[in-house]
Amino acid sequence: MAKTIAQEFTKGLWKEIPPFRLVLGLCPVLGVTTTMENGIGMGLATTFVLICSNILISALRKIIPPKVRIACFIIIIATFVIVVELVMQAYAYPLFLTLGLFIPLIVVNCIVLGRAEAFASRNGIVRSIADGLGMGIGFTLSLAALGGIREVLGTGSFYLYGHGGLVFGPSFEPFTFVIQAPGAFVCLGLMLCIMNLFE
Amino acid sequence: MRELIKMVVVLTVLAALSGGLLASLKEGTAAQIENQQLKFVKGPAIKTILEGASNDPIVDRFKIKDGDIERSFFVGKFDGKANRVAFESIGKGFAGELGFMVGVNIDDDKIVGASVTTHKETPGLGAMAKDDPSFVAQFKGFSLIEPIKVTNDGGQVNAISGATITSRAVCAAATDAGKIYQRLKPQLAEKLKEFNK
Repeated sequence: MAKTIAQEFTKGLWKEIPPFRLVLGLCPVLGVTTTMENGIGMGLATTFVLICSNILISALRKIIPPKVRIACFIIIIATFVIVVELVMQAYAYPLFLTLGLFIPLIVVNCIVLGRAEAFASRNGIVRSIADGLGMGIGFTLSLAALGGIREVLGTGSFYLYGHGGLVFGPSFEPFTFVIQAPGAFVCLGLMLCIMNLFE
Repeated sequence: MRELIKMVVVLTVLAALSGGLLASLKEGTAAQIENQQLKFVKGPAIKTILEGASNDPIVDRFKIKDGDIERSFFVGKFDGKANRVAFESIGKGFAGELGFMVGVNIDDDKIVGASVTTHKETPGLGAMAKDDPSFVAQFKGFSLIEPIKVTNDGGQVNAISGATITSRAVCAAATDAGKIYQRLKPQLAEKLKEFNK
């Protein structure tokens, strides 16, 4: 069944939303979502890599020999990841300081390689852009939501680009558990649970 | 055979293009990245080390050639006299390079302040070298021209518990800073005179 371009785009937002439905790319999901701002930054970086690598891989899909396709994909993906890393270092240094460790890991993020292998290498450029954009936005939204929840519950405060403050007032004792890695799993599970309610 | 050649050619061309693009991008962003590091990491470190200076050490900086590398020095004026400089040396930490910024009083060769700048150490352990100011505060008052070591190695610096390698790396960077300082002191003194005019 052929899907329209709009469907390719929207499937990443709900039906195949990466961390929840595909359960891919959990390493950065759990690692960086301690605040909403970090989640958005990581999400946008991944989106950029996803779109660029999808475009290039889709454009080269007839040239890349099937036997070495994974190696080619990784070269392309790694190149864009380093581009993101350098640009972020040059123009968004504070964000780089918090995300620094996770940016190189986008290379091995299963979403990027997964979309390259499962989608971009088999579809045209326009469809691949739609797929990359949808998946990227879905990933960013998931990270932002998870980051927001963990930030509010785990620290009792909420900041977005310099604005914000305490959410529940000074007497609130934050659930520090939520800000740690196991708390991320629990939050992710609960969110998946809620999503299933709406199926 | 044709397939084999195609595989080799495609991979080689891809890798070469990628390498070329990244090399030029790295060169293109190098200056901007240095500015950003100066503003967000080194800047605050220099400000704390040369606290109370009557000038802006980030503006009053100069470079001296040390062999193949150029080193930046940041000048602090106290009581109208430019006698303190801050500069950076590199130590080999637990995970990659560790930048160590040290301020020295050129009149008595004593350390006036120190700070860890860029590092990739483990959060909570090695990263304490930067996050816990009491560690680098120990360096204050030491003579920069003598080797600096942790207590386990017969020195006077108390290591961070659980982060021996990082603590040693900071001491090694400090000792190295001392060597740089001794090597360049004549030129340093010369340059500082210009700021005293």
